[in-house]
Parts: sequence; C-alpha cells; structure tokens
Amino acid sequence: MDTRQKRTRNRIAVALVLFFIIELLPIDSWFASPTSVYVEFALFLVPYLIAGYDVLGRAVHGILHGQVLDENFLMAIATIGAFALVFFPNSSPHMAEGAAVMLFYQVGELFQSYAVGKSRKSIAAMMDIAPDYANITRDGELVQVDPDDVAVGSQIVVKPGERIPIDGVIVEGSSQLDTAALTGESVPRVVEAGAEVASGCVNLTGVLTIRTTKPFGESTVSRILELVENASEKKARTENFITRFARYYTPIVVGAACAIAILPPLFAGLSWASWIERGLIFLVVSCPCALVISVPLSFFGGIGGASRVGVLVKGGNYLETLAQVDTVVFDKTGTLTNGTFNVVAVHAESGIDPDLVLSFAAHAEAYSDHPIALSIKAAYAGPIDEEHIKDVREQSGHGVKAQVNEHTVLVGNDKLMEECDVSWHPCDLTGTILHVSLDGDYIGHIVIADVVKEDAARAIEALHESGVKKTVMLTGDRAEVAEAVSTRLGIDEYHAQLLPQQKVEVVEQLIDDEQKRAHEHGQSEAKRRKVAFVGDGINDAPVLTRADVGIAMGAMGSDAAIEAADIVLMDDKPSRIATAVHIARKTMRIVWQNIIFALGVKFAVLILAVFGLANMWMAVFADVGVACIAIVNAMRSMRVPKE
Amino acid sequence: MRKVYKLEGDICGNCAAKIQDKINKLDGVNSAKVNFLTLKFTLDADDDKFDDLVKQSVRIFDDIEPTCTVLVK
Repeated sequence: MDTRQKRTRNRIAVALVLFFIIELLPIDSWFASPTSVYVEFALFLVPYLIAGYDVLGRAVHGILHGQVLDENFLMAIATIGAFALVFFPNSSPHMAEGAAVMLFYQVGELFQSYAVGKSRKSIAAMMDIAPDYANITRDGELVQVDPDDVAVGSQIVVKPGERIPIDGVIVEGSSQLDTAALTGESVPRVVEAGAEVASGCVNLTGVLTIRTTKPFGESTVSRILELVENASEKKARTENFITRFARYYTPIVVGAACAIAILPPLFAGLSWASWIERGLIFLVVSCPCALVISVPLSFFGGIGGASRVGVLVKGGNYLETLAQVDTVVFDKTGTLTNGTFNVVAVHAESGIDPDLVLSFAAHAEAYSDHPIALSIKAAYAGPIDEEHIKDVREQSGHGVKAQVNEHTVLVGNDKLMEECDVSWHPCDLTGTILHVSLDGDYIGHIVIADVVKEDAARAIEALHESGVKKTVMLTGDRAEVAEAVSTRLGIDEYHAQLLPQQKVEVVEQLIDDEQKRAHEHGQSEAKRRKVAFVGDGINDAPVLTRADVGIAMGAMGSDAAIEAADIVLMDDKPSRIATAVHIARKTMRIVWQNIIFALGVKFAVLILAVFGLANMWMAVFADVGVACIAIVNAMRSMRVPKE
Repeated sequence: MRKVYKLEGDICGNCAAKIQDKINKLDGVNSAKVNFLTLKFTLDADDDKFDDLVKQSVRIFDDIEPTCTVLVK
C-alpha cells in the first residue's frame, strides 16, 4: 500500500468505528419521534463525510469540468439521495444506509486500487530485466555508466550476479548464463570467449569481458521490453468491444434510472421514495469499471506471463487469435529441425574402419566451405594435414576429387561414382548420401541430415492434446525427407519441394478452407478457426504476414521475420507454441468469465431493483465488489505453469 | 514529435479511455495513448503545437481524473 492508500484506509477505519457507535446509540429513547430521525440524520452525516468527502469533492470537480456521469458523481447522487429520502413522507429511514454505502464503496475502491497497483507492480517486476548500468574500464578502474552511453564496439565487464546490459561477443572469460528471463529456459548456458551473448541474461559464475555489438536501445532486452509494452496498445476485439460497450452502457443505465425514479410516481401515483431508491440503485450499477479494468488487465497479464516463458506476443489481438487456432503450419528447416547439417551415420564397407572413411572425406573436403563439407569436418575431430592434400578438384555439384597421401579420393553423390566407374550401393537412411572411394575402390558412405529438434515430437503431441486439429509441415526439401520427418513427428500433412511463394499459397488455401467451412456453418470471420504459421524467418516473412497468426523463431530468426511475426519464440523451441496456445486459451477463458460474471451480476441487480427487491448494498456490490473479484480473477492470467 | 510521459496516481481503465478519446480529438494530435496499466501517456503531435497540446492534455487529465497527474519533465 502506498501512503495515499494508507491514509484512505485509516479514514475508512475511523468512519467505520463512528458508524457502529452511532448505530448502537439508543437515539429513539433519547428523543421523541420526528426529532430522533433528524438527530440520526445529523449524526450519520459525520462518518459519511469522513469516509466520502473526497468522493463528493471529486463529484463537484467533475460537474465544474463537464464530467457529469463519472463514478464519483453517481456515488454522490446515490448516497445523498439515500439521506434525502428522510424528507419524503412514509419512507423508511435510510441515513444508516447512505453512510454505509459510502463506506462500502470506499472499501471496494481501496481494494480495487490496491489490486491494480499490485498487478502493476508484478508486471513491472516481470519487466525488470533491463539493467540500469554497464561496467566499463576507465583509467584502469571499473566504473558504472548508463548503458545508453556505451558505444558499439566498446568493452564492458559483467561480474557474476549481474545482468548483461548490452548484446555482444565475449572477449575474455567463461561463465554460465541464466537465460530464464529471455527464454524461460532453466538450464544455464555455458559460454566462453567468442560466444555471442544476449542482454538480459544473468551472468552466474565468472567475470566476462564483452565487446558490444549493438547499442543499448537495439539490444535484445530493450527490444523485448518495447515489444511487450507496445503490446498493450494493440487491443483485442474483446477489449474494443468492452470499451464500446462501456460508452453506451453508462448513459443508457443512467437514463433508465431517471425514468424509473420519475415516471411511475408521476403517472401511476406510486410512492416517490420507493421508486427514487430504485433509480439510485440503477445509478450505482451503471459504472462499467469491472469490465474496463479487468479485461485489459487479463490480456496484459497473459502477454506478460507468456514473455516470462520466452514467448513474446505483440498484442492482445494476437493472443485472442491464437486461442482460436485450429491448424498449425510449420516450416521444416530451422523450425522443426535445427537447420544445420550433421553427420548422422558413417557406413563403411566391411573390413574398413569408419573413422578412415570420415578422415579421407574430411581431407578431400578440407578447402570447401559448403555446409556439407563443414559438417563432415565438424564430425571428424582429428587434425587435418593440409600438406598431404593435392590436386583438389570440385566436380560441379557432384562432389570433389583430391589426392590425399598419394591416394586418389572421390567424395560425392551417386552421379560422381557412376562417372568414375566406382560400384556403389544405396543407403536405407534418408538424407544427403556422400559416397567415398579410395583409389577407385568403394570404401563406404556418409549420411548427412538436418537433425530434428529435441522437443519437436513433443511439440506436435502437445498441440494435438490442446485441441489443435491439424498440423502441417511445409518444406523446400525433397519428398522423402519430408515424409521421414513428418512420420517421425506425427505431423498430419506435409507439402514438399515448395518454393517460398508456394508456401504462401498453401497457407492461403488452408485459410480459404476454414473460411468456407465457417461460411457453411454460419460463423462470422471473427469466430472462424484460425491458421497459425511457424517459421524461422529465412524467406518466411510473406507467409508469416499472410497467416492468421505468424510465429517466428526469435533467437535464430532474421530481424525481418521478427518484424513480420505476431508472436516470437525466444528460444526457438517449437514446444513453446503449445504453451502459448495454452496461455492464450486461459486468458480468453478469464476474460469471458469476467464479462459474463460482471454483466450477469449487474443485470441481476438491475432487474431485482425494478421489482423493488434490491437494496443499496447489492448495488454497491455489483459495482465495486464485482470489480474487485474480476480484477483478482484477471490477475490469474499472469501465472504461467513452468515446465 | 512523439513523447512518452509517466503518470502518477491512480487511474481506471474507463477514465483512461475517456481521456484518450478527448486528447485524440484535439487539433494537431496524430495519436494519443493513455495506458492505465503501465501508467504511461504517449503523445504524437505536430511539432509547432506540441507544447500547447501537452498543456491541453494535462488539463484534460485534470478534468476527468484529478487524482492522476502527468509528470511533465
């Protein structure tokens, strides 16, 4: 609680004590009948004014500044009205109620302000991943400077326990990094000199010297914060609906209040006191605060909670769409697979050491920078003796021929083998097969493939479990590879050998199908099942834009993709998509719970009021009580289950 | 010109929406955003009228939600 809230709390406490003392006084036995009512009236004014003078003041301020229908004004009218009923004949005395309603209202407001303040704080804590200083060496001494003032290319020092303030490359030192704030990943990452590090990670063990590669404003941590903060400005449909609804709701209810208070007594000759009270109840219920606070809060909480597990959602609207996703389309390379080539098997002919096959291949490919050559060299851990490599000739697209240790080595595909009359045999594994021959004799082959990400199978399974009906994989790769990967991962459908443009067409077709389906079922575009696309951003930007929701891999993805995407996965794990869908659905559930609950209670009280069955207490509950409950419920969206 | 101001005090979503609507209607304002969760007021307006528009915005804040003040640095 801040000091202002504490002051209000104390004020309410004093008023409450006074209220009960007055309530217990035997006024009726002290004064005769008409006088006792007026004494009571005067006495109850004291706690009323102590509790509510600020509300009355703000109501006057509002009227003077042209704000007639604000909450303060409505409360003032309603409570003053309760007091004023004393001047009507045949009305039950309402002074206690007037004071109590004001008290109850203030308690509710206080709680509401406390709850919103609390969620603001937890959001702020969640966002508190930006370090406010960087250590640089100046005249041999370590000084703290504003990270904004650190030029690109300068060296900064990050001590254990500190957050890395700016993106860069480690020049000196090795350590473990806690990347949880960025990726939600709990296992620390081991880093050493030469490694690229992102700002926002916490340095755990050793001192690191880092050469910055970006200014502070463009570093990972600044970009994340900007994304999440701007996210609350992209409003979900539900949010806009509530804002529009609030604009009509209040004037209509206030109009109804006037009509109810005036028309029946005037034309039907019914009791003024009773109908004015019903009108006053309408006034109190007319504030839409429960909705206009809790709905944006739910979305913001959902977005904040998602960012804690490494899922950046760029707006409430995307969270809303994600909750309706029924088809998830994946790009293969870089999304479901690592996007790097690895040697997955070395098959040597009988009697030949597989290491020998790899060694000859690595030597023959020693001068090549082709991804396949790089993967062979990575798999071959031994030293490469360049002195013994001669006459290296690339055979355009088929492979390479070289003299290694006075032996003729051929490394390449089946066409190269045929060309050189080497008898070879096919492999039962899918991937790129490199045959190796030594002096015209076949010695074996190496299988190179893109490795499927560790959590890819679990990602697909989790999506299916969460109710996603269809998973689709798109790739520019060959059909055999696509089939092997999609069977292994349990993907429902694949499209292979696609050009980037064709990927857009496939996604468009899927969206089209959903639109037709929705049309047949008489569903509106807004309610239709949605299609999400997940890609790593290489050539993906158009597809990301075209899909209902574009999800990009953030750590590896290109800047263009992150720009084009609606949701960014910071740690490139496809299994986070299911987490994101889960968060989105939970958020939408909370939003609708609040809308239905708040409107339900309000309408119930309004209807009861028309029939004279509601009292002021119910009305205040339907206003601030409901708002408090809705806010507490909305705060649940911030909590995200850790894996 | 676009500037972000911090807000101090308390403001509810309803008032924030009202204030935002009103400021957006001012002549010379390109876009105004009042975020009641992050307590930030973003004003994007024509350069030559900017200072005046900030003053008008502060007045609108005061009219609609006197407990919330714009911290004009």
